[in-house]
Amino acid sequence: MPLEIPKDKWPGSIQAVTIGATAAEGGTRTKTVVVGGEKTMPFLQFEAPMPNKPVVALEIKSKKPEDWSQLLTDSWGDVLTDPGKWAKKAEELGAELIVLALSLEDTPESSVNAVKSVLSSSGLPLIVWGPGQAEKDNELIVPISEACKGEKLVLGICEDKNYRTIVATAMANGHLVQARTPMDVNLSKQLNILISDMGLSHDRILMDPTTGALGYGIEYGYSVMERLRLAGLQGDGMTQQPMIVTPGFEAWKAKESKVGEGVPEAWGDWSRRAIHWETMTALALIESGADIVVLRHPESLGRIKSAISELMTA
Amino acid sequence: MALSGIQIYKLLPQTNCKECGFPTCLAFAMKLAAKQVELGSCPYVTDESKKQLAESAAPPIRLITLKADGREVKAGNEVCMYRHEKTFYNKTGIFLRVKANDPDLKKKVSEANAYKVNYVGMEFSLDGFAVEADGDLASAVKQIRSISKLPLIIIGTDPVVLEAALSTITDEQTLIYAADASNSEALAGIAKKYKASLVCKAETLEALADLTQKLQAVGVDDLVLDLGGKNMAEWLTLATQTRRLAIKNNYRPLGFPTIFFAGQAGPEKEAVYAAQAISKYTGFLVLDTFASEMIYALLVLRENIYTDPQKPIQVQPGIYEINSPKPESPVLITTNFSITYFSVANEVESSGLPAWLVVTDAEGMSVLTAWAAGKFDAERIAKAIKGFDVANKVSRKRIVLPGHVAVLSGELEEELSGWEIRVGPREAVDLPAFMKQALN
Repeated sequence: MPLEIPKDKWPGSIQAVTIGATAAEGGTRTKTVVVGGEKTMPFLQFEAPMPNKPVVALEIKSKKPEDWSQLLTDSWGDVLTDPGKWAKKAEELGAELIVLALSLEDTPESSVNAVKSVLSSSGLPLIVWGPGQAEKDNELIVPISEACKGEKLVLGICEDKNYRTIVATAMANGHLVQARTPMDVNLSKQLNILISDMGLSHDRILMDPTTGALGYGIEYGYSVMERLRLAGLQGDGMTQQPMIVTPGFEAWKAKESKVGEGVPEAWGDWSRRAIHWETMTALALIESGADIVVLRHPESLGRIKSAISELMTA
Repeated sequence: MALSGIQIYKLLPQTNCKECGFPTCLAFAMKLAAKQVELGSCPYVTDESKKQLAESAAPPIRLITLKADGREVKAGNEVCMYRHEKTFYNKTGIFLRVKANDPDLKKKVSEANAYKVNYVGMEFSLDGFAVEADGDLASAVKQIRSISKLPLIIIGTDPVVLEAALSTITDEQTLIYAADASNSEALAGIAKKYKASLVCKAETLEALADLTQKLQAVGVDDLVLDLGGKNMAEWLTLATQTRRLAIKNNYRPLGFPTIFFAGQAGPEKEAVYAAQAISKYTGFLVLDTFASEMIYALLVLRENIYTDPQKPIQVQPGIYEINSPKPESPVLITTNFSITYFSVANEVESSGLPAWLVVTDAEGMSVLTAWAAGKFDAERIAKAIKGFDVANKVSRKRIVLPGHVAVLSGELEEELSGWEIRVGPREAVDLPAFMKQALN
């Protein structure tokens, strides 16, 4: 007897967002990246095709990171002191986007230089994060935004404390914003509303609902993302932004990844455990709706890209 | 899925006799649908209707239990597609596959059987073994049983070999893998004789549904589904479709838990395959590789995904003594989200440094989430310090705030006059260094 497979028909769809601009589009990128556009929950292509696959970004730093796990610093080696070389290597390893994270020691001038160096050595679209303190973020992001007018960078971190400044400069210079809220459906929605009210169009907003690492609250991030995605598909226009999350940052601050000594024997091999921690965190988030995952280790990048391409086979 | 009020109403006498205590049969039907009354309150309902209503009350995914030596592994009884809709109930059972002709069988089983790992105060281990018959299955089962008492999945195609293996064990509920269209009659007989559950395997969901119906017709009800699925996309599609048919359409022939073999695409992909299987609807997960770092990560993922989202795991607010603190030891502050608490407590404990750990009532939220939600502010922290009478336990009035809420320090100084407020690191992992260097 033929089986009728129940299919969900959703009234809403996720906004498609293009990151980066080529020379023809007013920027200097060799390619652009489009995320979003889904009409179903992740990878359920028997219901509707998934027009754009989730993409993997690698996070690099403007200054050599002091607090990164030795596993990471060993794997990147001497490019760590040079964001341009680091970005180039990340591109060669298969990154689809670059995230450049600035540090508290950066000045507006050093930040702009770091961004310029990354843009000249890699053709990938770029996401730039301030160091994560609202005032400092504003101080560094605004000059970058102005110096890179037309590149369609993603500017972050855009939070409730500083969204006015970040959104205003994104609008003035043709960039996008990464709107971050702490693991809560309503807070995500509210920040989207505030940003939209300023007039930034929806094809220039990425939603960052925040997550926890495996073992450190991933279940909250996971369910918040599923709920946001379902709300968007149900037609809530303020939850239809593509989602970006940071499993690399989260997983590499977990003790399981960060340290290899003084941990229980049952945790097994440090290096393999750390990669599992980052990849499993990222995979779970991709399955719950992430459009961009930001990773740190090249091996995790390979594994997640391979999983995504398998998941995209219809 | 349970019947709706209207569907139930159609099965009732529709006389509005009021003897059930409700004004109309429809009102009673609505209460039945909400599971707030018992059908027994209606004196006139027909036996036929009773039967139909009882069937609709059966769980949409049958509960399957594997058992050995008092240890149970359950799968099924799930009611939703997404964990936030209710919760996922029966954690994916994680089994290790061993081959009957493997010369290292004993070593592999001993190692896996002894594996235990602690995560936020809970102890996890493997759920059992799946033993495969390339060689002498019966003696392999005996070998496993000489080492491990964990539940078993018995893999084989030859009914004679399978029966020989099953006859060596008693008082257990095992799972036989697998019946297909060619051997289902013989395997049905064995499953019945040994009260084992039986995996069904077919090329399509239609063929799978035909097979389960055929087996149920001969009295084998405890079934598990192998959906096939050659890559991650196929598995996700089949698992989603099967779960939907069972839960949303109440489609009984596929209302059984699933089994998935994570090693099918090789050891490189095993961890990622297994991780998807845990997130997406797998009842029994079979691994080919035993590696502590992978098992630990999978056990943690399983715990996270199967945590009841309606109940954040909390620890009791209060003052906790770590490494026998003295009056001059520092007072650390955190929230009562269990993962937050355990991260902080584990770090401090393993550092060997004594401290008082004050756990505030933040409704089970982590530091940042609680702070954003207004459940971890200066007022609440001050209340905890006063409420737990911390001042009388210490000689040095000094509090360490989590770095993420450094912004609270000024306000807290006002709330707690006479206390020194220090800002600690953002992450628990950096606490020991902070305590050694900054707290003297």
